[in-house]
Amino acid sequence: MSTSELETHAYDVVVIGAGGAGLRAAIASHESGARTAIVCKSLLGKAHTVMAEGGIAAAMGNVWPDDNWRVHFRDTMRGGKMLNHWRMAQLHAQEAPDRVLELEEWGALFDRTKDGLISQRDFGGHRYARLAHVGDRTGLEMIRTLQQRAVALGIDVFMECTVTKLLKDVDRIAGAFGYWRDSGRFVMFEAPAVVLATGGIGKSYRVTSNSWEYTGDGHALALDAGASLVNMEFVQFHPTGMVWPPSVRGILVTESVRGDGGVLRNSEGKRFMFDYIPEFFKGETADSEAEADRWYEDKKNNRRPPELLPRDEVARAINSEIKAGRGSPHDGIFLDIASRRDAAFIQRRLPSMYHQFKELADVDITAEAMEIGPTCHYVMGGVEVDPDTGVSVVPGLYAAGEVAGGMHGSNRLGGNSLSDLLVFGRRAGLHAGYFAYRHRRRPVRVHQQQVNAAAEAAVAPFAQDGGENPYTLQRELQEVMQELVGIIRTEDELTESLRKLADLRRRAGELSVEGHRQYNPGWHLALDLPNMLTVSECIAMAALERTESRGGHTREDFPGTDESWGGINLILTNDAGGELSLQRQDLPRMPDELHELFEVK
Amino acid sequence: MGYPLSMRLWRGDRDGGALQDFTVEVEEGEVVLDAIHRVQATQAGDLAVRWNCKAGKCGSCSAEINGRSRLMCMTRLSDFGHEDVITVTPLRAFPVVRDLVTDVSYNYVKARELPAFAPTPPDADGKRRMMQQDVERGQEFRKCIECFLCQNTCHVIRDHEENKPAFAGPRFFLRYAELDMHPLDTHDRRELAQSAAGIGLCNITKCCTEVCPENIKITDNAIIPMKERVVDRKYDPLVWLGTKIRRRDDRTEL
Ligand SMILES: Cc1cc2nc3c(=O)[nH]c(=O)nc-3n(C[C@H](O)[C@H](O)[C@H](O)COP(=O)(O)OP(=O)(O)OC[C@H]3O[C@@H](n4cnc5c(N)ncnc54)[C@H](O)[C@@H]3O)c2cc1C
Ligand code: SF4
Ligand code: SF4
Ligand code: FES
Repeated sequence: MSTSELETHAYDVVVIGAGGAGLRAAIASHESGARTAIVCKSLLGKAHTVMAEGGIAAAMGNVWPDDNWRVHFRDTMRGGKMLNHWRMAQLHAQEAPDRVLELEEWGALFDRTKDGLISQRDFGGHRYARLAHVGDRTGLEMIRTLQQRAVALGIDVFMECTVTKLLKDVDRIAGAFGYWRDSGRFVMFEAPAVVLATGGIGKSYRVTSNSWEYTGDGHALALDAGASLVNMEFVQFHPTGMVWPPSVRGILVTESVRGDGGVLRNSEGKRFMFDYIPEFFKGETADSEAEADRWYEDKKNNRRPPELLPRDEVARAINSEIKAGRGSPHDGIFLDIASRRDAAFIQRRLPSMYHQFKELADVDITAEAMEIGPTCHYVMGGVEVDPDTGVSVVPGLYAAGEVAGGMHGSNRLGGNSLSDLLVFGRRAGLHAGYFAYRHRRRPVRVHQQQVNAAAEAAVAPFAQDGGENPYTLQRELQEVMQELVGIIRTEDELTESLRKLADLRRRAGELSVEGHRQYNPGWHLALDLPNMLTVSECIAMAALERTESRGGHTREDFPGTDESWGGINLILTNDAGGELSLQRQDLPRMPDELHELFEVK
Repeated sequence: MGYPLSMRLWRGDRDGGALQDFTVEVEEGEVVLDAIHRVQATQAGDLAVRWNCKAGKCGSCSAEINGRSRLMCMTRLSDFGHEDVITVTPLRAFPVVRDLVTDVSYNYVKARELPAFAPTPPDADGKRRMMQQDVERGQEFRKCIECFLCQNTCHVIRDHEENKPAFAGPRFFLRYAELDMHPLDTHDRRELAQSAAGIGLCNITKCCTEVCPENIKITDNAIIPMKERVVDRKYDPLVWLGTKIRRRDDRTEL
């Protein structure tokens, strides 16, 4: 393809992704003076962030004046079982309050306290009520606010445009190549700086709260461009997804249900979480129902209910109860708020949950218990970045949001993602803008062969008839990940998963799609599949390597947390031959003044 | 129990198209989008359809189901009999791209034309104070998931392409009303709601409210009060006298 017939745009910074991280990055980049574009697969305003429910974690101290960044930092590190990059967790806790206030400045209408301040709600693993929220549709408020801000600033948006390749000029980023979903035509962006904000990988699992977009594109693009991924073995299974009817299996039931008083019960009606309090959290968790119930009103003199332990603990407990035969009729467990709060309270605090169950499952959550079970929700692992700037190991390539790694260690606390998007989205956007400015006299050059190769790869699925159906292959991939690389893992199953993934990889080279290039979802899926395979391989490889259980990674054959693993990150890169390669790397050491926060008083 | 569902799906592109018959096996508890996905996975891999959340939260999967503007992911098959044929066509108010996907860029253009929020400075501690009762109406409007079903249904533009330049549509009247009712906004957009957004063309038929999947009372709570505010402004004696000495409130008119 000659450059003359290829649609080409030049910018200082191209942000890939229009969720919370991408929009916040683009706003910051624009404000730094850089000519900025946003590229996204869906329409503007439809990214995953729109689905977030519970809230944004920020130690604003509006409800509990004792709250401050140190407490939030400590909760985040403990929730991640100390494997977080300490500097990211620190910046996150320090800057989140300002980022939330900024949303208000741009028009967000959060729920209020009696004094007219932004209200904050309880969530698992957070010592204080800390989540700024709007009912249970906080993500909608956040994305709409950022979207309206980006539009007001006049930032260019390329929507329904999918990036399939990052372009490089020797060791630097030179731009991105992609296609318009509606026409199927190719488009190229020349830019010295690219911010990846593509979100997660959950579509590789059968039961997931994630949408079709979550095919790990950013993770795969980064690897391909020479960047490294960290912590890929840590995938979060949210304890409460819908289980019935089958068509809604996996759709999220927000943690706010528990934050607002809901409890988990097994088929015998027992609040089983009291049987699953790990040693690590005993000191801060209530050991009787009476104390747990008092906590909602009096947090000073009581400890938290065990239902609000970090998500990995709750998901494993639910899994064990179901395995022991104490599950609900549809292989879930009961989540009960109906017997604990009055109907008006539930409808006011959880309107979209009420709506969701009523419309999709014929269940009135103010009158009966919900049936729920674990669902794949979030990937802690992602592109390894410098905490302060968000830059990867490739000059000019930045990452922020769910696609970036390190911030959440082995397990993310609820509410810490939305704040992460804002804090690190802004940092990545600013620094990408600065980078472009610093390099303004050293423009990048796009190499024609890279563009040609990307174009050829993109149309390959049309070239053959009678090959594999991409939908079938996706289904099989999801099955492999669900069954063999799920919540509980073993060496045998992981080894088998890698064998099966290799086989799927081979078959993915023989895909056929019908029709033409205009808005063709079969073709789009065929191009997403290699990315899904890449992230799946990363997860399985890292999970096999880490012979301990920690946070979102549980090995049945190595059930304990092993201190010798506590200082080790697993890093994945593409080697010269294009094969995945795995290395161990020391965890960055926390300075002493932060370390003191963890010493038992 | 599963059963074979008969569907008629519109297939085609900008140059035209037609309804095509499909029979697909469906299960208890499924929604229209599930059936369409199964058609896609097993019979028509290139069937174009938009969706994201599959839970009524993102507003991507809007279409006309048996002639009614609805979200495919929130329309349950149990609303129909096993013998019924379900017909799905693309939104009529917008140009077709392909199959069930339409070009909704009109809405994004209208969003750009609307002047942004401009708040008063924060209090001394850097925070802003607003009472819950003062933000509740705005919060109702901000539940909007931008499915554009209201836009699709509004007769002012549904079959009247020529009205589009002068008419922003119910989704954006909602936004004007939200900003007008915002306790901290410093701009007065009432004149614009009339002149640029064309709120005067709305004759309060309430069709938009009927199709809103978020149950926002678009007409009663946003459009009618906004129309009154616009009138208010016109007959505000000080404005009417043409004096700039003191406005009814101290917002800046846009
Ligand atoms: C149901 C649900 C509820 C949640 N609730 C909460 C909560 O209450 N609190 C909380 O903190 N977190 C919550 N989370 C997690 C949080 O919402 C996500 O982690 C977060 O929104 C991810 O944001 P992001 O900006 O990184 O990516 P996203 O919002 O997912 O955006 C990704 C963007 O990248 C684009 N993209 C991807 N690939 C490409 C490509 N190849 N080319 C071009 N564009 C591309 C997509 O189109 C999209 O615009 C929830 C998640 C889910 C699923
Ligand atoms: S009430 Fe007004 S905006 Fe709504 S459909 Fe009728 S004419 Fe259109
Ligand atoms: S107001 Fe209702 S119908 Fe209109 S776009 Fe918003 S959610 Fe959809
Ligand atoms: S897919 Fe999101 S509203 Fe239907």
